[in-house]
Amino acid sequence: MKVLVPVKRVIDYNVKAKVKADGSGVDLANVKMSMNPFDEIAVEEAIRLKEAGTAEEVIVVSVGVKQAQETLRTALAMGADRAILVVAADDVHNDIEPLAVAKILKAIVDEEQPKLVIAGKQAIDNDMNAAGQMLAALLGWGQATFASELTLDGDAATVTREVDGGLQTITVGLPAIVTADLRLNEPRYASLPNIMKAKKKPLDEKTAADYGVDVSPRLEVVKTTEPPVRSAGIMVESVDELVSKLKEKGVV
Amino acid sequence: MDFSLSEEQVAIFDMAKAFGEAEIAPHALEWEKAGTIPKDFWPKVGELGFGGLYVSEDAGGSGLSRLDATLVFEALSMSCASVASFLSIHNMCARMIDSFGSDDLKGRVLPGVCSMDTVLSYCLTEPGSGSDAAALKTKAVRTNEGYTLNGTKAFISGGNYSDAYVVMVRTGDDSPKGISTVLVETGSAGLSFGGYEDKMGWRAQPTAQVQFDDCQVPAANLVGVEGDGFKYAMIGLDGGRLNIAACSLGAAQAALDQTVAYMAERKAFGKTIDQFQALQFRTADLEIELQAARTFLRQAAWKVDQGHKDASYFCAMAKKFVTEAGSRVVDQCLQLHGGYGYLADYGIEKRVRDLRVHQILEGTNEIMRLIVARSLMGVR
Repeated sequence: MKVLVPVKRVIDYNVKAKVKADGSGVDLANVKMSMNPFDEIAVEEAIRLKEAGTAEEVIVVSVGVKQAQETLRTALAMGADRAILVVAADDVHNDIEPLAVAKILKAIVDEEQPKLVIAGKQAIDNDMNAAGQMLAALLGWGQATFASELTLDGDAATVTREVDGGLQTITVGLPAIVTADLRLNEPRYASLPNIMKAKKKPLDEKTAADYGVDVSPRLEVVKTTEPPVRSAGIMVESVDELVSKLKEKGVV
Repeated sequence: MDFSLSEEQVAIFDMAKAFGEAEIAPHALEWEKAGTIPKDFWPKVGELGFGGLYVSEDAGGSGLSRLDATLVFEALSMSCASVASFLSIHNMCARMIDSFGSDDLKGRVLPGVCSMDTVLSYCLTEPGSGSDAAALKTKAVRTNEGYTLNGTKAFISGGNYSDAYVVMVRTGDDSPKGISTVLVETGSAGLSFGGYEDKMGWRAQPTAQVQFDDCQVPAANLVGVEGDGFKYAMIGLDGGRLNIAACSLGAAQAALDQTVAYMAERKAFGKTIDQFQALQFRTADLEIELQAARTFLRQAAWKVDQGHKDASYFCAMAKKFVTEAGSRVVDQCLQLHGGYGYLADYGIEKRVRDLRVHQILEGTNEIMRLIVARSLMGVR
């Protein structure tokens, strides 16, 4: 069976994000970008399925700017077999919304006929947590989100989900969408020989128009602000003073 | 002319940096205290292709260029120059075996070398010959089975630690052409070691004398042909020089990054110290120095990859320039950290100590000047 893994190019998790002067979003000019960490976990899971002999082919897809091909190469270096790049924007600041991404992914699923789509549970840039669920709805497939464990058995997948208050184990019939949570696995490093091999693996370039999907935004970003700066602490002399300060602040 | 790294080169750098941050940096101080690197660390390194960086792909290596390899060492030494440089020595030896060894030797040794189940050390220097390496005295006498070795090698990184030693020995006359290269495996009869040296830096890697007392080496462990050993040793060193320079560069870059972050937090006289122009200018100078060093180093590596006639000349210049720049930069980073820079916890003083030896080994910086002067003025 084929496994499809959508990956997103996002601001690197190590970068201290800065808001653009006009408040329209985060400044991404000359900022280090890398694969969304949850997507890396999804790629790793798909490769493990291939190594276990459960999956025959791992296809990675990215929707966004042309530079997302670097992200796809990373996935190919990890062990994915081929990649599809869907160019849908020419400015890195133009984020493609989850519904448009889901529509494009649906079209690719129709073409490629994978039995399983493994996606990251959300992208760390805008934290929408929506594309996987929307894709499931568009396809009419079952979904198992926030997976921390995945086992395939014939035409069903058993997925342990990280939910508030504990773990929930569900079974979902294939084809299905699984979204990866942090503890699903620990992604490997791409080895040097595999990094070199990645450039020889096929990477198909498409556009959003090829799939007839309108990617113009439906949401309007009203304002982006940085989190409030942590104010300096004060030293208290005694427990009594601590308690009275806390009362003053209304926290006890 | 294109100075940008390719997509693969960026991926190589990023992977090595991430690996170092996760697998080396958290242990750097602990390994330095222990004076050794756990042996089970190396197979993890080998799995990623770091054990045979420029060993050819058919022999199980990664087949990287010299320039690619400098990226690996720059990235890894951001976490710990001592660990990264130890890996450089292993790779220098691996390359010598791959380039000059017989098919039998390669087939027997290289798989373990690439997976790093076999860690290699390079043995050229002796107690009485350092810069004048061709004056080495360790003797190898031909026997029916192979060679009998007698002599001592000094300052050997990985002495009494590595699994095999690439040893330059005298098989012929007193000239450089009387030198051959043999591989001596741990456990060989007559192989012993001195105590571990107590050093200023590079403390995470064990260093010891390697001693041969009627040490028996099978004929099949001769690398290449008799009499060409000095040539192999020098070719190995060209790459080694690039790598050591890259280790200075990466460690200094990490120190500078850490310093810039520190300066944005540390307050004095009511403002963070990055707001004082005198310190801003000094920090700018450090950045300029490192960028110049990086460009020079990559040009030298590119020369080696292109097989340019003046590649050795450029390697020597770059090694001298980059290792001195690296040491100046880490020293100033320590200064900018004030008293905290002097404390081990901040990791800066370790970098100062680790980088110092880069001006001494793989050819002292005096020898680097000698190479340049000879070429420049035809000194006889």
